[in-house]
Amino acid sequence: MDASLNIVIVDDSPVRAAILEEGLREAGYVNVVRIEGTAKLLARIYALDPDVILIDLENPSRDVLEQMFQVSRIVKRPVAMFVDQADSASIQASVDAGVSAYIVDGLKKERIKSILDLCISRFNAFSRLQSELEQTKSALEERKVIDRAKGILMKAKNLSEEQAYALLRKTAMNENRKIAEVAQSVVTAAELFK
Amino acid sequence: MTETRLRIGFIPLCDAAALLVAVDKGFAAAEGLDIELIREVSWSNVRDKLNIGLFDAAHLLAPVAIASSLGLGHIKVPIVAAFGLGVNGNAITVSPQLYAEIIEAADGKVHDPLASARALARVVEKRKRTGAEPLTLGMTFPFSTHNYQLRFWMAAGGIDPDEDVRLVVLPPPYMVESLTSGQVDAFCVGAPWNSVAVDLGVGCILHFSCEILAHAAEKVLALRAHWADENPDTVAKLLRALDRSAAFIEDPANRDEAATLLAAPNRIGVAAEVIGRTLEGRLKIAPDGSVRSDDRYLLIGRNSAARPDPAQSAWLYAQMVRWGQAPLSEELLAAAKGVFRPDLFDAALELDATNTPIPADGIGAFAGPRFVAEDVTAHLKFWAMKPR
Repeated sequence: MDASLNIVIVDDSPVRAAILEEGLREAGYVNVVRIEGTAKLLARIYALDPDVILIDLENPSRDVLEQMFQVSRIVKRPVAMFVDQADSASIQASVDAGVSAYIVDGLKKERIKSILDLCISRFNAFSRLQSELEQTKSALEERKVIDRAKGILMKAKNLSEEQAYALLRKTAMNENRKIAEVAQSVVTAAELFK
Repeated sequence: MTETRLRIGFIPLCDAAALLVAVDKGFAAAEGLDIELIREVSWSNVRDKLNIGLFDAAHLLAPVAIASSLGLGHIKVPIVAAFGLGVNGNAITVSPQLYAEIIEAADGKVHDPLASARALARVVEKRKRTGAEPLTLGMTFPFSTHNYQLRFWMAAGGIDPDEDVRLVVLPPPYMVESLTSGQVDAFCVGAPWNSVAVDLGVGCILHFSCEILAHAAEKVLALRAHWADENPDTVAKLLRALDRSAAFIEDPANRDEAATLLAAPNRIGVAAEVIGRTLEGRLKIAPDGSVRSDDRYLLIGRNSAARPDPAQSAWLYAQMVRWGQAPLSEELLAAAKGVFRPDLFDAALELDATNTPIPADGIGAFAGPRFVAEDVTAHLKFWAMKPR
């Protein structure tokens, strides 16, 4: 590992960029800079003179970075990670995770392997977190709809809360649907009858 | 009939129309193809995902298909262009201030690209004299038609695109914002972004790209060469679906329906009205409401646009050599020409004999001698003499 490598992170998601930066620092890399925004991106990157640039694949600015290969004036010529065809498994893994890297030409592959591996695992961790968050959100939404449907049934049929829920559950089982779906139908129907 | 599943990547631009409508209008399904369309944000992503096999096919910049096949700037993966998704379709848009400067400096009609390029050269000269910052122009990718069209136009007017101005890569969705903020003075990009700039009052369309090159391959349906060789039946089905889709889009009677399909948020995601204008080739060119129309503005299937023409890939390779992106060799020229595969097209489809490209040399550039695909050296020699 080479702690002195200059690493630049270009990521549209500030949270993910922070997670990645933290990971790199924990691993001992001290020169890590995050870049935000798109204005004068290349000029800012040149000024930082990085050895490694990490960019998320959802970032349209990847095409801006590709221009680096065209500019002969800069001393260090970066190459895309994909140029090194030796390790197609790690290319696949990084694309799946959603991250790409540009590396100064001549830098030994072993020196950046640990950085890439770390990126891949942090990116994957981030998307797991995100999908958990999505699940929690939709669970909350379902909870709300069920509560509203219970309220409607309690009022319309003069039921207790337990009875209203039991009715929703029984209907869902009979119709082979989710309780939340049945609840949504109740809410929709109630809107129509308003 | 068993369904063949395909994953195809695209960038939300009007010239992805034939691909998008082929799926959304059911032409692909009718051929037994179950296509998953994946909307991408960068050409680098499209190229990489096609190269490593995450995509079976892609809506790709024609020069990227060539660069990838020649191993320029990136890993060498042989790519073939089996279908022309779009010919032309770009425009050069300039800030209202630069537009005024060009008009002032123009000694001919500003709509004449030679007159406008010479006028731009005078603007550039004046900036140099007064010590002002050089003009900055945006384009979409180093290996892009936009890059070559801007350079070809400017150089014909006596501008050295590498010394006299700055050319910067910008993702198309950032073009308008960059023109507004003054980060760039002009850009060359495909539809709908020129119209968006005009509608917002921050840009004037100076030229349609078809005024610079009458017939320029823009986006192609790109396939890995090995994959295309191994799946000839699937390729033929895909081409038939695209051909029906292109014909559907080009029929004025279907324009509204096509524009509505394309406007969907998961497709191109801009107003159907703007897409309709693009398909019609009738564009508002200035905030004052003036309009210019050209039926060659964007060709989707018309004028043989769908059949890959090796003269086009030869021209693009010549530009790569001209601007220092590729060395000149007969081998590379042959490889570049081999990227465009009319044979794949002909194996699946029959081209209407009346459906021929307009320009005699296949390109129809506004300046310089006619292009001869077998002799790119002559083209390069002519343009090495910098006109002033």
